[in-house]
Amino acid sequence: MNLDIVIATLSATIKAGTPLLLVTLGEILAERAGVLNLGLEGMMLVGALSGFIVCHLTANPWLGLLIALISGAVISLIHAFLTTTLRANQVVSGLAVTLFGTGLSGFLGKMVIGIPIENYFRPFSFPSLGAIPIIGPIFFQQDVLVYMSYLLVPIIAFWIYRTRPGLHMRAVGENPTAADALGVNVYGIRYLYTIIGGMLAGIGGAYLSLSYTPVWIENMTAGRGWIAIALVIFATWDPLRALLGSYLFGLVDAVQFRLQAVGVAVPSFFLNMTPYLATIIVLIFATRETARRRIGAPAALGLSYVREEKS
Amino acid sequence: MSLTLEKRDTFSTLTNFLVPVISIVVALLIGALIISLSGFSPLTAYYEMFAGAFGSGYSISETIVKAIPLMLCALGVGLAFKTVLWNIGAEGQLYVGAWAAGWVALSFPDGQSWWLIPLMMLAGFIGGALWGLIPGILKASMNVNEIITSLLLNYVAILGVDYFVYGPWKDPKGYGFPFSPFFGQGAWLPTFFGTRIHLGIIFAVLAALILYYLLKSMRLGYEIRVIGENVLAARYAGMNIFRTILIVFAISGGLAGLAGMAEVSGVIHRLQHAISPGYGYTAIIIAWLSRLNPIATVIVSILFGGLLVGGFSVRSLGLSESLVYIIQGIILFLLLAGEILTRYRVVWRGGSRG
Repeated sequence: MNLDIVIATLSATIKAGTPLLLVTLGEILAERAGVLNLGLEGMMLVGALSGFIVCHLTANPWLGLLIALISGAVISLIHAFLTTTLRANQVVSGLAVTLFGTGLSGFLGKMVIGIPIENYFRPFSFPSLGAIPIIGPIFFQQDVLVYMSYLLVPIIAFWIYRTRPGLHMRAVGENPTAADALGVNVYGIRYLYTIIGGMLAGIGGAYLSLSYTPVWIENMTAGRGWIAIALVIFATWDPLRALLGSYLFGLVDAVQFRLQAVGVAVPSFFLNMTPYLATIIVLIFATRETARRRIGAPAALGLSYVREEKS
Repeated sequence: MSLTLEKRDTFSTLTNFLVPVISIVVALLIGALIISLSGFSPLTAYYEMFAGAFGSGYSISETIVKAIPLMLCALGVGLAFKTVLWNIGAEGQLYVGAWAAGWVALSFPDGQSWWLIPLMMLAGFIGGALWGLIPGILKASMNVNEIITSLLLNYVAILGVDYFVYGPWKDPKGYGFPFSPFFGQGAWLPTFFGTRIHLGIIFAVLAALILYYLLKSMRLGYEIRVIGENVLAARYAGMNIFRTILIVFAISGGLAGLAGMAEVSGVIHRLQHAISPGYGYTAIIIAWLSRLNPIATVIVSILFGGLLVGGFSVRSLGLSESLVYIIQGIILFLLLAGEILTRYRVVWRGGSRG
């Protein structure tokens, strides 16, 4: 096989994996604090649309990104309020976020279908690193959001494992009663990380509309929010493994795209199925692996915390 | 000052009734805000929606036509909820059921109704059941998260049906459009009173009654309730949880498959791209809103059928039918918020906490 094709495919892998990575990192934080948010798909769509509209109006992708981040935060706030303060069922609330986000983006998106944008996040060669043979074209001739995602992984890993707030977050996700007894603000922390998760989902969505495709297409996330939820399990709530998992799926995406482009005999419908089937297969192995190694989800994941009344 | 929740000692039936009603009303008000923000008159839009859904004999019949697949899917989803299993895959199970029924119909273009329709029903139910069993088996045997697997299989099922209607089963006389040839007349469900309401309504009502009886009076229903309330207790009591999970997923998927069969056999009369406008997702809300009661499911399905039909008719004003999904999402938010009021009293406390 031609080396250029391999490099191009791997570069496309990073591109396709980046939105998954951003969203998965956000969900890892929320779940580490005990909040399962199944609304990723909806938040991504709202982020993709709001970012796109603002970028279209202002010709400034950074402003679009900011708005995507804010809209992701606002929607996740609904989820945080319902599940943390009102102790609503996290699964149903998350589904409601997805339904609402899908509907809202479909409704408002009608105005901007088919409109191209001039300014979006274009790839550029990172100074000096981009010139390295093979590595450079794959990792360092990407757009600025990809570079940011490289930085986010070690930052979030450091935050989770090595800092005091990270410890508090994990405590809230594992044993909120004990954390509360130690004076940790359980509700505040759950709000905080749910909202950060929403921001990253908004950015992940905006990556699709401001870099990956740069147009608005209804339901353009195509299930990536759900794949990210599976990736969190695959990653065993670890940011570095999330990077691995996201790029694995980026590779599946990039390869099936390339196969479609060269016109293999397999109908495109079956090639389009591969990311979903791959997710299910990976999820099966990840579930068996976590069960065997006894590393499970945060113990309090999905449970609302009811503070005992002090007498 | 703080906001606290105190557990109620008694459950109020009035709140149990009021919460869903108020949720729907408030969701429509918020929807009105969204409509007016996008530059339309909410009164005109809602008038159009209501007239489209319930304004005439024809529109009521159309609402019931949409309610049929919703009922069947919601009954299945509700049964899974009862067991604390999340079947988010009704949409895909519907497609597979429609595909299996369509396969039967296309194989016997000259078939007779008396045997062809029961065969299609069987195929639809089995197709949906098998598709539902995939997440069911993975859940029961390896504890793989059924929310993710059932949902992702929706995408797979829809792409699979697309393959057939864009490929091998495409109507050669269809000018390249993605649909199969029409089924033979023998594969059409009979309709009533000159409307498009078809025999599927009987399937749905029968399914509701059977499920009601099953949950109330049969051993399986008892096991489902116990497993749903306390899985450990069920295990200590020696119940076969593995088997029950499989049965629940098979019935749940089978009902969605039957919905798909009814839709292609009773309404569309062929297979096509996009058989369902998201019935399987709307069914999740219906199941939750009707508090998993099979009888309430029928009534709420008609309401949501009306919302779908009404959503379609606002398109004539230039509004997107996605409005309906926004309203559905908001209904679910409010319902979740309101549920807390049925279980707790909200108390404002002034000053310092004791």
